[in-house]
Amino acid sequence: MAQSALLMLEDGRVFRGESYGAAGEAFGEVVFNTSMTGYQEVLTDPSYTGQLVAMTYPLIGNYGVNAQDQESAGPCAAGFIVHEASPIYSNWRAEESLHDYLARTGVVAITGVDTRALTRHIRSLGAMRGALAPGHTDPDALLERIRAQAQMEGLDLATGVSTPERYVVPAEGDRRWRVTAYDFGVKSHSLQLLAQRGCEVTVIPAATPAEEIVAARPDGLFVSNGPGDPEAVGHALETIRGLADEDVPVFGICLGHQLIGRAFGASTYKLLYGHRGGNHPVRRLSDGAVEITAQNHGFAVRGDENGIPGAPALRATHMNLNDGTVEGLEHRERAVFSVQYHPESAPGPHDSRYLFDRFVDEMARRGAGGERGA
Amino acid sequence: MPKRTDLKSILILGSGPIVIGQAAEFDYSGTQAVRALREEGYRVILVNSNPATIMTDPDLADATYIEPITPEWVERVIAKEKPDAILPTMGGQTALNVALELHDSGVLERYGVELIGANARAIRMAEDRSQFAQAMRRIGLKLPHGGFAKSLDEALRIVESTDYPAIIRPSFTLGGTGGGIAYNRAEFEEQVRRGLDLSPVHEVLVDRSVIGWKEFELEVMRDHADNVVIICSIENFDPMGVHTGDSVTVAPAQTLSDVEYQAMRDAAIAIIREIGVEAGGCNVQFAVNPADGELLVVEMNPRVSRSSALASKATGYPIARIGAKLAVGYSLDELPNAITGTTPASFEPVLDYVVVKFPRFAFEKFPAADATLGVQMKAVGESMAIGRTFKQAWQKAIRALEIGRMGWETGKTPAEDRLKDDTAATLRAALRRPTPERYFQIRRALVAGWSIEEVAELTNIDPWFLAQLRQLVDAEREFAALADPTADDVRRMKRLGFADAQMGALRGESETAARERRWALGVRPVFNTVDTCAGEFPAKTPYLYSTYGDENESERSDRRKVVILGSGPIRIGQGVEFDYCCVQAALALREAGFETIMVNSNPETNSTDFDVSDKLYFEPLTLEDVLEIVHLEQPEGVIVQLGGQTPLKLAEGLQANGVRILGTSVEAIDRAEDRERFEALARELGIRQPPNGLATSVDQAAEIASRIGYPVLLRPSYVLGGRGMEIVYDEAGLRGYFERAVSVSHDRPVLIDRFLEDAFEADVDALCDGETVVIGGVMQHIEEAGIHSGDSACVLPPYMLGDRQVEEMREHTRRFALALGVVGLINVQYAILDGVVYVLEVNPRASRTVPFVSKATGVPLARIAARLMGGESLASFGLPEQIPVGGVAVKEAVFPFNKLPEVDPLLGPEMRSTGEAMGFDDSFGMAFAKAQISAGMSLPQSGTAIITVNDPDKATVTPIARRLHDMGFRVMATEGTARYLRARGVPCDRVFKVNEGRPNMVDHIITGDVALLVNTPLGKQSQYDDYATRRAAIQYGVPYVTTMSAASAAADAISALRSRERTVRSIQERTGGLVKTKPA
Repeated sequence: MAQSALLMLEDGRVFRGESYGAAGEAFGEVVFNTSMTGYQEVLTDPSYTGQLVAMTYPLIGNYGVNAQDQESAGPCAAGFIVHEASPIYSNWRAEESLHDYLARTGVVAITGVDTRALTRHIRSLGAMRGALAPGHTDPDALLERIRAQAQMEGLDLATGVSTPERYVVPAEGDRRWRVTAYDFGVKSHSLQLLAQRGCEVTVIPAATPAEEIVAARPDGLFVSNGPGDPEAVGHALETIRGLADEDVPVFGICLGHQLIGRAFGASTYKLLYGHRGGNHPVRRLSDGAVEITAQNHGFAVRGDENGIPGAPALRATHMNLNDGTVEGLEHRERAVFSVQYHPESAPGPHDSRYLFDRFVDEMARRGAGGERGA
Repeated sequence: MPKRTDLKSILILGSGPIVIGQAAEFDYSGTQAVRALREEGYRVILVNSNPATIMTDPDLADATYIEPITPEWVERVIAKEKPDAILPTMGGQTALNVALELHDSGVLERYGVELIGANARAIRMAEDRSQFAQAMRRIGLKLPHGGFAKSLDEALRIVESTDYPAIIRPSFTLGGTGGGIAYNRAEFEEQVRRGLDLSPVHEVLVDRSVIGWKEFELEVMRDHADNVVIICSIENFDPMGVHTGDSVTVAPAQTLSDVEYQAMRDAAIAIIREIGVEAGGCNVQFAVNPADGELLVVEMNPRVSRSSALASKATGYPIARIGAKLAVGYSLDELPNAITGTTPASFEPVLDYVVVKFPRFAFEKFPAADATLGVQMKAVGESMAIGRTFKQAWQKAIRALEIGRMGWETGKTPAEDRLKDDTAATLRAALRRPTPERYFQIRRALVAGWSIEEVAELTNIDPWFLAQLRQLVDAEREFAALADPTADDVRRMKRLGFADAQMGALRGESETAARERRWALGVRPVFNTVDTCAGEFPAKTPYLYSTYGDENESERSDRRKVVILGSGPIRIGQGVEFDYCCVQAALALREAGFETIMVNSNPETNSTDFDVSDKLYFEPLTLEDVLEIVHLEQPEGVIVQLGGQTPLKLAEGLQANGVRILGTSVEAIDRAEDRERFEALARELGIRQPPNGLATSVDQAAEIASRIGYPVLLRPSYVLGGRGMEIVYDEAGLRGYFERAVSVSHDRPVLIDRFLEDAFEADVDALCDGETVVIGGVMQHIEEAGIHSGDSACVLPPYMLGDRQVEEMREHTRRFALALGVVGLINVQYAILDGVVYVLEVNPRASRTVPFVSKATGVPLARIAARLMGGESLASFGLPEQIPVGGVAVKEAVFPFNKLPEVDPLLGPEMRSTGEAMGFDDSFGMAFAKAQISAGMSLPQSGTAIITVNDPDKATVTPIARRLHDMGFRVMATEGTARYLRARGVPCDRVFKVNEGRPNMVDHIITGDVALLVNTPLGKQSQYDDYATRRAAIQYGVPYVTTMSAASAAADAISALRSRERTVRSIQERTGGLVKTKPA
């Protein structure tokens, strides 16, 4: 019989289940993801750092884990919550069971939780702090420790997950562009999609001094996704402005999008329970087309179709059709654009990968040495 | 893009009678489309020949034509109604084919009618297998290699590259009709020949066999702005080689990683764009090699389908409704998600539950049919279940099938699981062959300790599914061994989907004891919502399923409420008619201010559209499941008389648990169904019955039969659709019946009735509120006594019965209804012999003919019945004493013989039809002709008629033969018949029987020389002859009749087709002022 385990939320609600993956305790912000596939990519997405991720799809582990579907070196989520873990895995690419993978990499997880009840709880009360712990843990003491954890607001987690050293991802085929990528928790798919488009990507630590980056004059700047509160991240703002002034194309995703917003004066705020899943409809304002997007964010840039408060230089390019939040920005004069969602989409639909093409096109336009037209 | 304003009126084509491969799902989609377009202000014109549908309800479309869905007849509707557009994607293959023909023949252009949803180019590219293959090549997708053949030689050349086994698929046929798998050259040649014959373009596709590969399906929607979304992914439990309609299917896909799923999604999106479905839905089937993930496209349907209905129910995303809106110009983001109300339809539903669909078969009706499942669909219906886990949904879906298994249970004997003995060798061989029982054979293997790998190797079923099943076996073992199960133990079992009955059986308890134990431990289900979004947003629409989780989401309101029990999976004998009645009740009681709560498990139907009732519980119709719903909802009562036998057989158990049954009492139902009590009732009322008796042993049966005189009709009590019913002519036949077919005992008595040879039969449907009775209609059967009422054609009003007998039947019906205290519907069947009326049976419930009568008269019988059950009086509806019929209405049955080539198409007391068509006109002949055309039997107006009948029929056939001759037919007859006819002055030529020489009858049929075949059984010695002839007629599409009364009716029809003007009239025109059930 598996060991009993529990999930406790900061409001005192307890869900009981069984231990899965590594045994022990884990603390973090409890969030839910509605993707029906892609648990491995979710686990290894650095944006989930500091979070206990619940999958709303009830059967997890069905197709195992493999070496190709890692979005970073290993799991990033602080803990994992599922309704029912698969007894076996079955897929031609599978190399290991999810349980063994979690246990091997030390990720504490729980199975047997009514994840729908949990989701409805978070949906109405908001993402909140919580803990996974063995079933016999004293609840009062655990609650106290949960409440002693830091709130997600004001937390800079991105700097912590950034690469300590810069490294280079070579272009696939001929190198056409040199791109600098800020790593705030970059996903390997983003780098791969750039490399496939002829970009040699230099991935740099979050704390790299701005002048160093601007001085290097890359062909383009990529600002990655990442965990935590964008307001708490001080890096990159100056670089974004500096390179934008030099008319270097800048492309941001998720946290990168929020930082681009902040660089030009926009403010961000925390959503009640965020967007995490692979089915969010987003309208592209330029032509009205709807993209089905992969999302993973708890914060958003303030604004609407009419404008971005505090950032007159920016305009919204994409809007979320479910709740009207800003999903994309661009600079009115510079080749700076960003999306709140995940066009690299791993996991998730591939509707938005054209944004990587756009980034490369912007570099191409400048590669010819011409100024960008108004 | 807002909706188009250049269109004013739109024609929607239905799919006609229910056949294997094309069932109630198209009533669901068509009904949604009609509603969706009408609420946009379009004038909606509908053509459908199937009266048992909701879509043909007179207040649904603006103009409803119950006319044949053929190019000829649809053209007449077009000429009359001048619609601006046709929406061809809602009526299955039938609608698509007719629309394409109308396009190709220039009719659409001539009348200026546009195809919306999918244009002719897209339809053709998707349907024409070679064009489709080219399209796939253009977008870099692979198909199972192979090629198209127009001849056997071509096919043999192709199979050299594909090798055996090879798949043969005839082009442009329904539900894979005529398709097959050939394992050797002999089979290949046979199947190619058959396929070429069945294909309207005489073409077959020979495919590389991907038997054993994994099979997936995606439901895709696209709008004019080129937005594309995937509504649902489906993974088949049964691998490639078993038709999807015959497979257990699971949503969402279970064994694909995101990388693989997204590759499939990208492919599906590329396909819908390349094919060019402009606005609407399609489904795409894929095969995946389990060894390396190679992805092949199997096929694409540019229309709604069985799968899209399933996907709609599985996700809460109404594909047909949205598809209709897209077809008139809306884009997905302009339409709301009906479930949340706050988010748009341009999204992809996510599930936080698992859906399992199980097929329902009817092999018990066709003992001669081959029960091996292959590429041609054989299932007649399906159940769907929703659970939080695969295991829970799996067990619930089996329970919902009503096949005598309360979950994933093995049969008590090997035979029940289609095994000749219980040896490992037998089991091993059986597991290699897909049959309806293989799921239960798998359980036997796992219980016996076979490894997952071994079972997977034998069945090609993905090990993931088998591992899930093994967990069930393990859990059973543990539960059975527990000394005293705790609440946690019981809850664990319930989460695995075990029914009380299964849990009781594991511990040697009754179902009731198990339930009481569970209740005592406080273990009750909760109800979760199907919300399209996995809980991310609140749902406005209460679409619910039971599970054993932490939170109940179904809130009881303080309104007056009624629970309506549906009819479960469609099967022979319990078809879409009953779903029609349940939907009518939901609508009528909503009008009357009740909160209506529907319970059903059939994903095809309208009753499981969450828009139909105030609340929908997608649940199996078993006592346990219904009791839990009633426990939560505390309704005023439960309606059991509209859904056929399924809810009826729950009535007693519900009442025993303190649940109020609305309408006719359980006691009255028993009085009508218990043969002895019924006999007493009829005697008391002075209504004559055929001499009869009830036997509890074979000797007693023989004694009764000799007392009442042969021939006798034998049938087990409490059966549906004439199951096990047989006519025997002597004692040897009687004893043979008990040896072969039916066991008899005190618990299972057998009814014995004197069989009234050559009697006419009639059905009467009536309404009663306990005090007054209104006769809805008196229908005369066209086939004589001995043919099951569901299989017989019938006509309303009667055309060959005397007024006195009709009045007598009306009066008898009144007396039965009042004596039983019927509140709601009653159906009485009569036989009339030599002017004397006999009662055959009384059914105090909705009958199969209720929708037919309602369409013919404009009186919504089921709606009124529901209101009577809700407490209103008949008087308040102001019905006339005699309800007029808007012309002559003929109902004809439709049979699955073309799908089951081993079966003799003779009719008998056991019902075998899957559906029905209605012909509606001013004369009997034309109404009958229309009904025949709609049933797929296009009567000729000239040509050769072959007549070969048994001796007793020779006198009857003479005037028919004479009429055919007079109308210019060349009459051919076999020797005896020819001699008889010539002697009576009917010129005819002799034709050889099969064993008499060549060319014989079958040769003539194959050559295409025969326009009509009249054949009645010639007795034992020529059984093979008869059978071969009838099979040939079916295979080569030659109209045939096997009874004298049908032959006479056919002659009337041919005469009408030759002499009368062919016109179409809507039922609104025919029945004028529909009786309204809305409160004034």
